[in-house]
Order: sequence, then C-alpha cells, then structure tokens
Amino acid sequence: MAASKERGGELTCQELVELVTDYLEGALDEPTSARVAAHLADCDGCADYVEEMRATVSMLGRVETSSLDQAALAELMAAFHTFHTDQRG
Amino acid sequence: MLDRELVERLRRGDEQAFAEIVVAWSPIMVRIARMHVSTDASAQEVVQETWLAVIQGLPRFEHRSSLKTWALRILTNRAISRGLRESRTTPMSSLVPADGAVDPDRFHSADEKWPGHWTPLGRPAPLADDPESSALAAERRAALVAALQCLPERQRSVVAMRDVAGLTSVEVCAALEITPVNQRVLLHRGRTALRAALERLHRRGEV
Repeated sequence: MAASKERGGELTCQELVELVTDYLEGALDEPTSARVAAHLADCDGCADYVEEMRATVSMLGRVETSSLDQAALAELMAAFHTFHTDQRG
Repeated sequence: MLDRELVERLRRGDEQAFAEIVVAWSPIMVRIARMHVSTDASAQEVVQETWLAVIQGLPRFEHRSSLKTWALRILTNRAISRGLRESRTTPMSSLVPADGAVDPDRFHSADEKWPGHWTPLGRPAPLADDPESSALAAERRAALVAALQCLPERQRSVVAMRDVAGLTSVEVCAALEITPVNQRVLLHRGRTALRAALERLHRRGEV
C-alpha cells in the first residue's frame, strides 16, 4: 500500500486513513504498525479519526434487532419434526 | 460438539440438537439478514426460510465447510436477493460515498506545505459522545443502518457479519468464500464509508 512507498519515512494523514483497518485488525507488519502508532501520538486529527472508526464499529455492534419469536421457533421445530417423520414413513 | 456429530444427530431427527442450534445461531442470523432487508419482520422471515433450507439440505450436506458456515452462506444469499427485490420499491439514499475512501480534498495536495496531511477544514470533527441509552444514540444507530444498506453488496455483507453480528474474520472468509486480504479491504471500505456518513449527518445536525 501507500505506506511501503516510503518505508521508514513518516506517514502522511492520507496514507494513515488507508491503514486504519489493517492497524485495528493487527494485520500490519511491526515497522508499519510502529509508524502508525508514532503518527497517532503526534496528530490529533488522525487520533480523532481512528477513535471515530472505533466508535462506528462499536455502534454497529449495538444496533438493535429482534430475534425469532416463540411462534416462529415452534414452526421450525414442527417443520423439522415433519421432515424426519416423512422421511421415515 | 464436533460438526460431524452434530450433522449426524440432525440427520437422525434429533430435535434437541436442532433446537440448540436454532436458539444459538438465529440471533446472529437475524442481525446479518436485517442489514440486507428493510424491516425486522422481513429479516425474521429470511432466517426462517434459511432454517427450512437447512432442514431440507442436510441429507445432501457434504462437510465442505462447517454446518454454521454453510447456514450463514444460505442466509446471506437469501437476504441479499430479498433486499434486492425490496430495494426496487425503496429509493436508495445517497449517504454513502461510492468508493469507500476519504475525500482526497480533505488533505493538502502535493504542491502545498504539508502534502497528504489534513487541511484545517478537512480534519475530522470529533463526533459528540452521547450516553448509549439516549434517544440520539438510537437515532444515530438507525442512521448507521440506513447507510450500511446503501453499501455495495460485498462490503455490506462483511460489515454486517463482522461488526453487527460479531463473527470472526475466519468465519466471514469461510462463509463468503473470500481471502483474508479481500475481507479486510471490504471491511475497510465499508467502515470508512459508514464513518463518513455519520460525520456528514453530524455536521448537518441530523444526528
């Protein structure tokens, strides 16, 4: 990626935003990860950016959905039962 | 329980085994399906249909993947096609940038003093942090789901499985039959676009 072009040099913010997910996933090699950490220690804009990515992910984890109700579960159990009874019969 | 043992029990018609996986996997399945379709009811129907397909497909299941992976693949395919049918009647929003990258205009260009660094206007504004229970937080999550539904299909699938349903990257790669690198690229584009959508709404004062 962009970072490898100037290995050892300082990352720009534009390069950093492309590395955020790999960084959060622990998928960067050690030197690149260290350069990301060094940039974040020095750059409030990027530190906020990474924080917002984390906040977005955690908000996605809190999205509320309703799971199957008892009636739906009962229907599925009945379908399972019927399928196997039919197979035997 | 080993996957082969589980499948054997299900093939024998073991209702307890079936009840266990339905209870364990359905909440995750609903969360994934909901990101592709427009209502909770619709997501629940997709999950029910998926279980019926699992029941009918079990005799031919060949252990090329785990049972859960196979079920999640069926679920995703069904949820995506249902979402496509629904979206013909629901106009797509333009919340989400198409390429999942940060707008290059937000960085200084090569001929400026700090090439590649945030411009004063481009710098991300911190999103105000609200307590999780507030009405605003609920509104913001709803906006986030709306934005997620506008993502390209593969990005949407990966973000739904990883971030909404909490599956691991290994599980997602298996279910979607993609490489780890590809999974991270899709996750990155999806998350980048969603963060941008939230920021845009926040700047407009909507959430």
